[in-house]
Amino acid sequence: MSPVRKKRFYMVLLLVVGISIATFLIVQAFSQNMMFFFSTSEVKQGKAPKDREFRLGGLVVEGSVKRIPKTLTVQFELTDSITPVSVEYTGILPDLFREGQGIIAKGQLNASGVFVASEVLAKHDENYMPPEVADSLAKAAKINAENAKNAEKAGSTEAISESIKEKSE
Amino acid sequence: MNILIKWYYRLGAPLWFYPLAGKLIPWVAALFLLFLIPGLYMGLVTAPADYQQGESFRIMYVHVPAAWMSMFVYLAMAIAAVVALVWRVRMAEIMIISAVPIGASFALIALLTGAFWGKPMWGAWWVWDARLTSELILLFIYLGILALYNAIEDKTTAGKAMSILTLVGVVNLPIIHYSVVWWNTLHQAATVSVFDKPSIHIDMLIPLLLMATAFKFLFLLILLLKMRANLIEQDVHSGWVKKIILDKQAEMEKEHD
Repeated sequence: MSPVRKKRFYMVLLLVVGISIATFLIVQAFSQNMMFFFSTSEVKQGKAPKDREFRLGGLVVEGSVKRIPKTLTVQFELTDSITPVSVEYTGILPDLFREGQGIIAKGQLNASGVFVASEVLAKHDENYMPPEVADSLAKAAKINAENAKNAEKAGSTEAISESIKEKSE
Repeated sequence: MNILIKWYYRLGAPLWFYPLAGKLIPWVAALFLLFLIPGLYMGLVTAPADYQQGESFRIMYVHVPAAWMSMFVYLAMAIAAVVALVWRVRMAEIMIISAVPIGASFALIALLTGAFWGKPMWGAWWVWDARLTSELILLFIYLGILALYNAIEDKTTAGKAMSILTLVGVVNLPIIHYSVVWWNTLHQAATVSVFDKPSIHIDMLIPLLLMATAFKFLFLLILLLKMRANLIEQDVHSGWVKKIILDKQAEMEKEHD
């Protein structure tokens, strides 16, 4: 490269690096505001705002969905698999709402710590597969879980029989 | 000597590029159709329905390639901007200004199809999450580049200003790509990436890749058409355009006789 072009090239490089650093700093400063939702643990730790609306994201806990008869009110629990938060919502739920599904609810905590939602959005994950594959995956997971349970059971009966042995001796 | 090289860049390159692009166009169009037809057929007909989203997931075969292309076109423009600024190649500027409306269209298609997909699945047409917002900013950057170039009368100055603005906007690309990783977003993480195993069933992946390739050729096709049109428009009074017109006239007269 000729000296003139080299100089121009360094100017271009300087421009890109400078803009990148500036953007990095701006994004850092806004990082908290760019979070679309808070996790349930963050809410329990008091990181979420108390006096205004925010979004809460998590998985719907299996078996926690309760519909109040003759109303559109639904009660369920959201969790990030560590801490659950109770949510109440009155309205029509999106198609993908189901137990175990990722959900983002917009609303506010009331005095008793229940999250009263004004809007519920369903979050889907990046996995795409035909239903048969999903079924077989679920089956395999079930079998694995059962095997683990049986192994645990077997382990515990062994432990019990061992303790009985110990006592009899 | 330097002046000669400059003249080559200014006027020689279009004279060489214009007929070459004309010859390439039908081939690129054929390649586009070659990938588009099986891609659409497999995507809309033979690919199985999704276990969660049912048939609605098929909109991905337009949404995902359009979103990828909106970023790919910008990356190509940014590389051309470096060439234009450092080596002062006019063809690079022509390439950028021809690619801008194409990239903007891809960004708009990605945003619109995303809204159509978001309403039934998420429950909202639009949310201000980091992925959606950064893609919207990309569309605005495209429109800004277009406006800047057209606002400046002298095309040498306009080309330089446009190249600089293109490079400024390039910081948005990693933000779009990593937005779903850096922040909590409603938009899900990437399904297909270069390094990981794709989290999509192979029967659904093949049409997606076919469509992505088809969109690449569509970009190339429109780019060649647009570059030819922009060259003719800007150089309408220069020698090489007159030469092309005269050649064409002679050709037509020959056919007439």
